[in-house]
Order: sequence, then structure tokens, then C-alpha cells
Amino acid sequence: MIELLAVKKAFNQGRSNEYWALNGIDLRIEAGRVTALRGPSGSGKTTLLTLIGCLARPTSGRVRLKGEDISGLPERFLTEIRRQTFGFIFQQFNLIKGLSALENVILPALPTGRPRRELVARAEALLAQLQLSHRAAARVEWLSGGEQQRVAIARALINDPEVIVADEPTANLDTVLSGEFMVILESLSAAGKTVLLSSHDPLVVESPVVHRVIAMRDGRLVDL
Amino acid sequence: MRIWLEKQLHLIDFTLASLARRKSKNIGLLAVYALLVFALASVGLFANALRSEASFVLASSPEVILQRLVAGRHDLIPPGYLEKIGRIRGVQKQEGRLWGYYYDAVVKANYTFMARPAEEIAPGSIAIGATLARLRGLAPGNVISFRAYGGKLFTFRIASLLSPDAELLSADLVLLAEADFRAFFDYPAGHYTDIALSVANPQEVRNIAGKLSQALPDSRPILREEVLRTYQSMFDWREGIMLTILAGAIFAFIILAWEKAAGLSAEERKEIGILKAIGWETGDVIRMKLWEGLLVSLAAFLIGFIAAYIHVFYCGASLLEPVLKGWSVLYPRFTLIPAVDGMQVASLAFFTIFPYCAAVLVPIWRAAITDPDSVMRA
Amino acid sequence: MLFQPAIIALLLASAVGLLMLLASAPFALRIIARWDIRSGSEAQLALERGTYLLSTVLSFIFTVQLAKLLLFVFTADRLAVMFVGAMCAVGTLNVNEYGFPALLGQILVFFLAAMWLAINHVDAQARDYPLVRIKYWLLLALLPVLAVCFWLEFQYFRGLKANVITSCCGSLFSAEGKGLSGEASAMAAGPAMLLFYPAQLLAVAAAVWQWRRPGRWAAYATALGSAIAFVAAISGILAFVSLYIYEHPHHHCPFCILKSEYAYQGYALYLPLFVAAACGLAVGAIQPFARVVSLQSVIPTVSRRLAALAALGFALFAALASYQVLNSNLILFER
Ligand SMILES: Nc1ncnc2c1ncn2[C@@H]1O[C@H](COP(=O)(O)OP(=O)(O)O)[C@@H](O)[C@H]1O
Ligand SMILES: [Mg+2]
Repeated sequence: MIELLAVKKAFNQGRSNEYWALNGIDLRIEAGRVTALRGPSGSGKTTLLTLIGCLARPTSGRVRLKGEDISGLPERFLTEIRRQTFGFIFQQFNLIKGLSALENVILPALPTGRPRRELVARAEALLAQLQLSHRAAARVEWLSGGEQQRVAIARALINDPEVIVADEPTANLDTVLSGEFMVILESLSAAGKTVLLSSHDPLVVESPVVHRVIAMRDGRLVDL
Repeated sequence: MRIWLEKQLHLIDFTLASLARRKSKNIGLLAVYALLVFALASVGLFANALRSEASFVLASSPEVILQRLVAGRHDLIPPGYLEKIGRIRGVQKQEGRLWGYYYDAVVKANYTFMARPAEEIAPGSIAIGATLARLRGLAPGNVISFRAYGGKLFTFRIASLLSPDAELLSADLVLLAEADFRAFFDYPAGHYTDIALSVANPQEVRNIAGKLSQALPDSRPILREEVLRTYQSMFDWREGIMLTILAGAIFAFIILAWEKAAGLSAEERKEIGILKAIGWETGDVIRMKLWEGLLVSLAAFLIGFIAAYIHVFYCGASLLEPVLKGWSVLYPRFTLIPAVDGMQVASLAFFTIFPYCAAVLVPIWRAAITDPDSVMRA
Repeated sequence: MLFQPAIIALLLASAVGLLMLLASAPFALRIIARWDIRSGSEAQLALERGTYLLSTVLSFIFTVQLAKLLLFVFTADRLAVMFVGAMCAVGTLNVNEYGFPALLGQILVFFLAAMWLAINHVDAQARDYPLVRIKYWLLLALLPVLAVCFWLEFQYFRGLKANVITSCCGSLFSAEGKGLSGEASAMAAGPAMLLFYPAQLLAVAAAVWQWRRPGRWAAYATALGSAIAFVAAISGILAFVSLYIYEHPHHHCPFCILKSEYAYQGYALYLPLFVAAACGLAVGAIQPFARVVSLQSVIPTVSRRLAALAALGFALFAALASYQVLNSNLILFER
């Protein structure tokens, strides 16, 4: 599904504070499985996720998505691929304050130009699936942490992506909520989604839901 | 096409919602913007109304008026003068006019008395303007007396009121028969106040004026177009002065708009980052922000323009009066007729919307190129 | 120069457009020199992001150009009273020799910007941005055109002095007038119609051809047909359409129809005409790149859409003009 070949990523390239966050990553990620990136803070997990999720381009190396080389694509097309293929769940949920849960859920679909009626119906179905129907009209800042995360999950699913990318999804959740999150993750995986997440939370990486754990350190993959 | 439209609707929806969410910030800008439109529109509407009044007044006046000068001062046209002109090619009609001013001590106002041929006004009767009729409480059939400058009392019957459409023109007008006029003012027989010539072809007006001053060296031809042009440039000049003063305001506004657009709060910056991360393209964000600018502009324009319209046409441009008083000397009593020219609105929109859009273009782009991965790092 | 707010605004708008483009020139040069789509470097990313600004700026200039064109004619019209012999925009434009060139320059900038935007649009749909360099070369080529137009406009306004004796539509566009516009209207209404309708028909036919079966010949035929139809349309407006609108056998004027006295009928005519001509020309502008690999599927799609717009525009224009002719009380031809 996703292939990385000698991928490197530098920040502030050519300047005195140049920093190589990734130092040559070779990796294959299979479709339909749950893969977790694990490693200490600063090891480059988030950076790797942004490259895979088409949020950024590698400084060198190749990224292939379903066989197609996407590492040299302009942002315009990366965005298109990202919108169709990836759904994101962020550590801080990153919902837009002042908008209702439902409005937040349909945000990623607005640039597609699908009719609003269709979008609302789909968002309502997703919220129902996540037991959030009763909160659909509530502003997101009035929701609890767990509810906010479920809104974020619904938002990640609105464009029906094949891959779900979650960066430290349980960092802001307590044990009970983390457990609930893992249940949702399992159902997503069961529905055929490819899941890719980063975490240093043992509850996540040691969970039976996760098929494969990849360890990272200093911008490289390390053997466990 | 459908998809494109749908998408623009989504963007508008979103931008309206985000405008509503940041009311306090946007209302300040909107108020300043609307105030600017109000000021510009007031000046523009006022100047345009004056302009159309002036051309309206002048439209019914003859193309050329010939006055005789004695020692550089306007004097009566002596008998035989009209004949001396003879036939000039291109002049359709030439006639001596009789008119003068009369001060009415009762209402402390100046009237314009003008003689008309006997076919129009029967001797002993007059036609008066609606304003005058109101002032003196007169109706057709009534009788009114004026004391002539010679001291004698003259009594006239009101034959009719002049059409209220042309109130500006006829407000102070009294039409009376030629014989009555001469008797009332004790006007020497055969003399006229001035000569009116009508010329059909505007291209020939200049030639005719040249021939007139050659034939009658002691005369002064006054061209209608010249008068119009003088008024016009006077209005333009005043408008220009006003707008130059306002240009400072426009400039200040541009800086304000730039600052507002550039000084995104951390909140807004984050929002754009989120949108980009979840699948909005840079172009989408730019378009959304442009819609925002357009909607703000439109709202400010409508508010400012409607306020200016009310101000100029219903409140007599009271705020402009101290600055523009000079204009009103021309027509002491006028009430502006509401007149809006489509193109004038368009150009005003251009004056206000163009600077705003130009000012926010670069800040919008700056905001839109936020790294999509920025939200992954807190 | 006359101290006129509209004049100052027009000059400022042109200056702002020119300055924006001028400020973009170094960026365009940088793109031409350093663009490397394969690179993942931050410098390349910055270049890519800069292209968004330039597209936005060009779209802005294009929109402003359209608004300016209207304001220019409107201002000229309003200034007519200032000049002896001028009765509408024609007279004002004739006050000095820069008037009509300035107007034509504005129209030219409008069409060139439309063509550039079309190229920009197709380029942005191909994943490798194949036309980036060409696009920015063209942008640099646009710069002197914009500069000359600004200069013409400036010269024109600078040379406006009140009380100049000028000639207006009465003399300029009447049969005795000399010069191009004089000749066009010197053409009798009959022959003008014989030029007008076939030209519109030709443009519509070529555009429909391109729409049905996009291809090289059809595309260039559309562009050429649009150019001819545009010229024929303007000549037709001068020679007979305006006569029917004014219901006056000798009033040949392309501007008075924009006035409120004639219910702004001119806008209904000019809007579809300009849109159609811009679309038709854009079809020709993108055709040379049809063989670029990554554009092979993009260009026919865009081109068809533009051709459809052009066909509709010209057809609408011809229909509106015919409607005005048929509904007029003026009779030029006895049955
Ligand atoms: N935009 C940036 N500019 C400079 N350095 C960055 C940037 N983003 C990340 N880094 C650096 O890259 C390294 C890897 O970061 P990250 O991928 O966020 O690690 P993790 O998610 O494993 O904690 C860190 O040392 C961080 O400081
Ligand atoms: Mg991280």
C-alpha cells in the first residue's frame, strides 16, 4: 500500500539550524492492518506520519502510494490525494471552536463540492455510529474530551478514506477513554481501513488491536 | 459547473460562519469601511445631483444669449439692435427677452419677472411658480397686487401655476404679458434685456458666437455650453478637493485593512492550519478568504451607500453643508432630486472595493500558505 | 491634467496593477531559473507557494481590468461636457491622440490576461506543472504591454485640457469621418450586416466544432473565428446596430448605448461579446500545449468548456443584436 525508500527530511535546510528529522527510512505498510510507530519524543514519528499522509514532502527519497510515486507532487495534488485517501486524528483533536460538531465533521468534504444535504446525511450517520447523535448540534468546545475525539474520528471518516492516520491519539485521554478509543480503532480495522498511528503509550502499542509495531529513534527505524 | 457552484456555496457558508464567530473584530472594520463609503458616496451623490440640476436648469435655456455691454457693464438692448444681427446661417430663432428682478417686501424674497408673448399670457394676468404660490397662499383665479419700483400698485389675476416638475426652475418665476412688464418696470419701449438665439447644431455654436461679436462689437455672447462647462469644472474641482481630503482616509483605511488581514490571531492561524491539514487546498483557503473580503466589502458598501443616500436626499446633505456651502449660492432654494446613476454606483464601488481587495491580497496569501503539517506540532 | 477623482482612481488602479506585476517579476525570474519539480527542498516549496500569489494577482488584475474598462468609458463619457464638440465618450477620447490607443490597450490587456489565465489554469491541472517556465516568460512579456498601456493612459489623461475643440460621434463615426472607425461605419448598413452575421456564424460554428470534436484545427479556427467575430461585431455595432438602438440613421456610436438613456442596452451586448471573445482566444492560447504528455487529457476538457462558452456568447450576442434591430422603429431598408 505505502512504500518508503531512503526517505529523508530536513528542516531549515541550508541554514545554521539545519536539522535532519528523518535519516533514511525504508518502510512498507500493508493495507488493512493497524501499524503503530513507537519511539521517544523527538524521534521523528510525527514527521514520518506527515510524509506518509501527504502533509509534507520528503527532502529526498521516494514515497509510493499504491505504486504511484507521490514524493515529487506539488502541494495542490498532494492535497487532493490526502483528502481522498487519508483521514487524520490529531493529538489535540484540532476541532474548530465555535462550530457545531456536525459542521466540524463535514469540513474536510467542503472542497469536494458535494451537495450539502448529502454531506449532512453522511455526517449524521457517522455521528450515530459513534453514539454522538445527541451532541451533533452542540458547539465543540462544550463537549467532553472523549466526545471531542469521537467528533475528530467522524471528521476523519467523512471522505471515506482508505487510511486513518492518528498521531498520539491517546495522549490527552484517560485510561477508560483510551480503552474506548482502541475499541473504535478495532472496528475501523474490521471495516477494512488501514490504520497508522504513533504513540509511546503502552496501552496502545501493546494492545492486541495493533498488528505491527515499528520502533524509531533519532530519525531512524530501530529493531525492537 | 454544479460542483464548482456547490463548492463556492460551501466556502461562503463557512466564511459567513467564521465572520459571525469573530464579530467584534469584524464589526470594527465594517464600521470604518462603511463610514468611508458613506463619506465618499455623500460627496459623489451630492456632486452628481448638483451636476444634473445644473444641466437640467441649463437644458431649457437658449444656446446663446447676447448681452450688450456699455462701459463693460450689462446694458439694455436698444431698438434696432436685433435687426442689426440680420440672418446668420445656423440660427433657428432669435428673439429679444424681457426679464428683471422684483423684491417682494411681504415675504422678503426676490422674484424673477419675465415677459411672455400675448398668446401665452393674457394682459392683466400672470403665471407663477408653485413655491411662490405656497408662500403667498395663492391659487389660480386669485388676485394679487405688487407695488412697482415707481410706487404705483399693479393688480394681476393668477391665470395658472407653473408645472411643479420644474420647481427648481420656476420657484421664483412670475410670467406676465409684455405690455404689463413694460408698464410695471417702466421699461423703455423697443428695448430688451438681452437676446436669445437658438442654434440647432452644437458644432456651429462657436462660429455663430464669433460672427456675433464681429457684427456687434459692443456685445457679449454667452454660450450655454460654456456656462455648463464652468459649472461642471467648478463641481469637479470641489469634488476633487473633497476627495483629496478623503484620500487620506482611504489610505488610512488601506493600512487598517492590511493590518487586520495580516494580523491574524493565533486562533485564526490555527484554524487555517487545521483546514489545510484536513484537506483544504491553498487555493481553497484563498478563495474562502476572498469571499470573506468580498462579503465584507459588499456589506460595507450597501450600508455606507444607503446611509449616504438618505443623508444627501432626505437630510439635505447636512453634514456636507459647512464644507460645500459655496455651491448652494448658485441655487439658493434647491431641494435635490434623488438621482442615482448606475455607473456612478459602479465607480464608487470601484473606489472602495478595489483598494480594500488590493490591500488584503498579500496577507490572504500569506495566511493561506500555512504549512499543512503545522497543526501536528503544538 | 484635469483634477478628476475618476481619473486619479483609474491611473492609480493601473499603477497598482503594473506595480504588482513588476514586483512579481523577480519572482518569475527566480522560477524560470530555479524551478525543479522533482526537488523536495524548502526552496522549491517556497516557489510553488509563490505561484498561488501570482495566479491570484493576475486574476485580480484581470477583474480590475474589466471594471476599469467600464469606468474608463464612463469617465470619458462624463467628461464630455468639458470639451467643445464632445457629446459622449467618443469626443473625450478624441481630445488627444492617446485616447483611442489607450482604450484599445485596455481591451488588449484584458484579452491577454484572459489568455494567460487559461494557460495558468490548464497548467495547474497537470501534476508536473509542465508550463511553469513558459507561463512565467509570458508573464514577463505581459509586463511591457501593461507598462505601455499605463503610459498611454497617463499621456491621455495628462493631455486632457478643458476647452479643447474635439469631434464627436456625430462627425467621427459618420460616413465623412476618416480613420478606421470612420471607415467601419462608412460601410453601409447592408454590407456591414453581410460581414456581421457570417462572422458570428463562423465563430459559433468553429466553437461548436471544437466543442464536439476538440482538435488542433478546430481550436485554431475557434480562436481565429473569435478574433474576426469580435472585430466584425464592433464594426457591426458601429455600422448598424447602434443606428437601430438610437433609432437615428446617422448616430454611429459604440458608447452611447451604455448610457441610461438607452437603458444600458450596451452592457447586454458587450458582456457576452467580451466573454465569448476571451474564451475563444483562450482556446487558441492553450492549444499549442495540447501535445504535452501530462496535458493530453486536460486541454481537450478545458478547451471544450471554453469553446462552449464562446459559442453561447457569440450566439447570445448575435441574437440580442438582432432583437434590437428587429424591435427598433428605425427603418433602414425599405421592403
Ligand atoms: N518545523 C520544524 N522545524 C524545525 N524542527 C522541527 C520541525 N518539526 C519537527 N522538528 C524537529 O524534528 C524532530 C522530530 O520531531 P517529531 O517528528 O515531531 O518527533 P516525535 O513526533 O517523534 O516527537 C524534533 O527534534 C523536532 O524538534
Ligand atoms: Mg509527535
